Amino acid sequence: MADQTLPIHGSLDLTPPREGESTWLETLHSWVITVDHKKLGLMYMMLAIFFLLVGGAEVLLIRIQLAVPNNHLISPQVFNRLFTMHGTTMVFLVGMPLVFAWANYIIPLQIGARDMAFPRLNAFSFWLTAFGALLLYFSFLGGAGLYGMGNAPDVTWWAYAPLTARAFSPGNATDYWALALLVTGFGTLGGAINIIATTFSMRCKGMTLMRMPLFTWLLLVDSGLLLVTITPLTAAQVMLLLDRYLGAHFFDTQAGGQAILWMHFFWIFGHPEVYVLVFPAFAIASEVIPVFSRKAIFGYPAMVAAGVGIGFVSLGVWAHHMFTVGMTSAGNAFFVLSTMLVGIPTGIKIFNWVATMWGGKLRFATPMLFSTAFLFQFLAAGLTGIMLSVAPWNWQLHGSYFVIAHFHYVLVGAIVFMVFAGIYYWFPKATGRMMDEKLGKWHFWLFLIGFHVTFDTMHFLGFEGMPRWIYTYPADRGWDHLNLVVSIGGLIQGVAVLIFAYNLVSSLFKGKIAGNDPWDAWTLEWSTASPPPVYNFATDPVVHSRRPLWDIKHPEDPDWKYE
Amino acid sequence: MLPGWLGVGRLTRFVFAAALILSSHAFAQGPQSTPSIFAPTSTPAIEIHHLSLFALEITGAIFLTVAGLLTYVIVRFRSKGTDDASEPAQIYGSNQVELAWTVIPVLIVVVLFLTTARVIFAIQDAPKPQAALEVTVVGHQFWWEYRYPKQGIVAANELHVPLSSADNPTPTYLKLLSADVDHSFWIPQLAGKTDLIPVHPNDLWIDPLQPGVYLGQCAQFCGVQHANMLLRVYVDTPEQFAAWVANQAKPGVQDSALAAGRHVFETQACMNCHTVQGTVATGRFGPDLTHLMSRDTLASGMILNTRDNLKQWVKDPNTIKPGSLMPAMQLSDDQLDQVTSYLETLK
Repeated sequence: MADQTLPIHGSLDLTPPREGESTWLETLHSWVITVDHKKLGLMYMMLAIFFLLVGGAEVLLIRIQLAVPNNHLISPQVFNRLFTMHGTTMVFLVGMPLVFAWANYIIPLQIGARDMAFPRLNAFSFWLTAFGALLLYFSFLGGAGLYGMGNAPDVTWWAYAPLTARAFSPGNATDYWALALLVTGFGTLGGAINIIATTFSMRCKGMTLMRMPLFTWLLLVDSGLLLVTITPLTAAQVMLLLDRYLGAHFFDTQAGGQAILWMHFFWIFGHPEVYVLVFPAFAIASEVIPVFSRKAIFGYPAMVAAGVGIGFVSLGVWAHHMFTVGMTSAGNAFFVLSTMLVGIPTGIKIFNWVATMWGGKLRFATPMLFSTAFLFQFLAAGLTGIMLSVAPWNWQLHGSYFVIAHFHYVLVGAIVFMVFAGIYYWFPKATGRMMDEKLGKWHFWLFLIGFHVTFDTMHFLGFEGMPRWIYTYPADRGWDHLNLVVSIGGLIQGVAVLIFAYNLVSSLFKGKIAGNDPWDAWTLEWSTASPPPVYNFATDPVVHSRRPLWDIKHPEDPDWKYE
Repeated sequence: MLPGWLGVGRLTRFVFAAALILSSHAFAQGPQSTPSIFAPTSTPAIEIHHLSLFALEITGAIFLTVAGLLTYVIVRFRSKGTDDASEPAQIYGSNQVELAWTVIPVLIVVVLFLTTARVIFAIQDAPKPQAALEVTVVGHQFWWEYRYPKQGIVAANELHVPLSSADNPTPTYLKLLSADVDHSFWIPQLAGKTDLIPVHPNDLWIDPLQPGVYLGQCAQFCGVQHANMLLRVYVDTPEQFAAWVANQAKPGVQDSALAAGRHVFETQACMNCHTVQGTVATGRFGPDLTHLMSRDTLASGMILNTRDNLKQWVKDPNTIKPGSLMPAMQLSDDQLDQVTSYLETLK
């Protein structure tokens, strides 16, 4: 409906597209050699979705094993590899590529640029990530080395020393794990540098920092966090490899090394990493919620400040993963306080999203359904996080199913839900076709039910003393029924994801034609064609407020009068 | 099996029990087969339980408030078919409102932090009384070693401690060590968990107020058989505990009728890893077997200590506990019978 007012003053070029003229081999070649931010964004997205399915298959095997007590379907050795690979895959091969999928595709479009600042670095970063992923999964073939030992990493995704020492993890599986994280880590650093450079130097005329869309802002903060936190992880992997092959003794407790040292290195990466993964969810919510509430975001400056604030505070909370390792009481108290403080900027974000909806006209299309569920679930996840920050209670809950429930509420209830929201929201922009709404609603409701059946139940298993990482459990503990419920919920989620995958593929070929601006939205990406041409904008856009398309659609009531 | 609604029944029971506990602060009647953190019977666990209820009340109230507000917004402001195409009023923010929802969480954090800090110091820095029993716990892949330095006792997997009471407090102080990788000692009804980390000694104390057998297990991933590194804590009355100590302090039984079995034990590799006090067997990689038959279970709590189980375990531990570090010794059937009979005399 709003298409008459678009595009932004000549931002469209009417040269006919030439894609239909190339052979499939030429098409494939063009994807492999591309330095175009949109193609790279889509490649990151495809990588992430592929590994989401792989990691999901791994966890379904885990849940089948745990559905009944004393199950011997899967051996303990294989079970330990499955959860290690599930965790490593979901964090490093799904969560991280997703950051760059969103950032690559959306940021240049939102800030009116023609590409990222360093297109070739961008392609290099993607291929490093993809190569690291191959390296990790190659361990299934090559991990045993000459020793006939286990063939994939089985040391949990945080790989505590000294279990990773050669004495306890012979073979090459742990090396593949360390090398894969090292390689994907370099890819991540390249991507983060690129995002920072792009947002600082490629914004179109009129787009000051305080007019930058919140989506872009949050991914900028995210990239800053990545620069700080990937470094210690990379250092730790190098130290681990030195320990394993050159007789260094950083973590070798039998020769003066310290197991705790690894924990500090890992968690100063690992906790901010949670925020790294969740910021894209915040970013998507900050776009979807205003558009589907038909209102400007409430308290933009506070939202920016809260994002930056979460970034800073998250760097000082890592040892809340270590309340049980025997820190001093003062040390414990410090990390209780710093952790609880994260709740304040996080609370501001939730309140501002709710206030954005207040007084709006809420349209519950699929992206908004996922965003609404995200708000409830992220609220609950934050509150279980507060419970875990209560150190003495953490002594009970740490390492139990309560913790698994908590972080899956963040990783699935917040991040995966918003990834789905984002895909339903921007799929029309990237492909020119709408995703099917009816299948989208089936996907949403089934996934919502499966999610709650699984993860709500897990909290209670934690209260009942069930620890994580166990391949089976005795029948007399009273954990059997709840575990069966958890497993059933997992299967429901699996079905929902299959519906999503079907929707994705079928809509790509048969979806309704979307047009430039199907959601009647306000940021620059909706002013260009769907899919956007290689150069994004024929002429450089000029903006006067945070919502340039609102200004065009409502010349009588433009935003720049109020900002 | 009707798991679905039984699971719901369990949830309902939990909610009901939680409500009951919230209202009366009544505590559990001793050890339970489900090691719930909401059935504490020892001071650290009880203090954590009180704190957890306080934290639940605060977070629960926040959840109800915000989720209630969100639900109201969804119902009240959803677009209706009758709406015209006009946009709603654009509101860009409000400094007063935003200040309010910054300050209120700050106040909540202050209260919750101070309450938490008090309990941290109360548990972690509690002075050790004179009467306290001291036990050194050593975590191994995948079993527990208990050493009572003052009593000169070494036991495995089943920890015996005395009952404590308000008028006669006899807490047990555990020093936590590890022989190999990280482990974590967790008996939910008695205390929160504390990790066993090589060259990083930790402390943990309990003062169980109800007798019986408490269950728990290793809570930090430690390798293949992490799942079956089970814990059993026997809280004995003072008389039972004194009798147990007296028995454990005795050397292993010498019975000439079983010389053949003992010969197998001492000439095969058994004695490289296991100790039997009073004999030449002084190995330390595996559990001390001096009083093996005083234990109810084998394989770190996995199976009952019966002759059949014991024999199968000696024959090939990996058929029971795949990944166990004890190898199958390839004994002949005769040797197996003899050594099992010998082990059965170690009371």
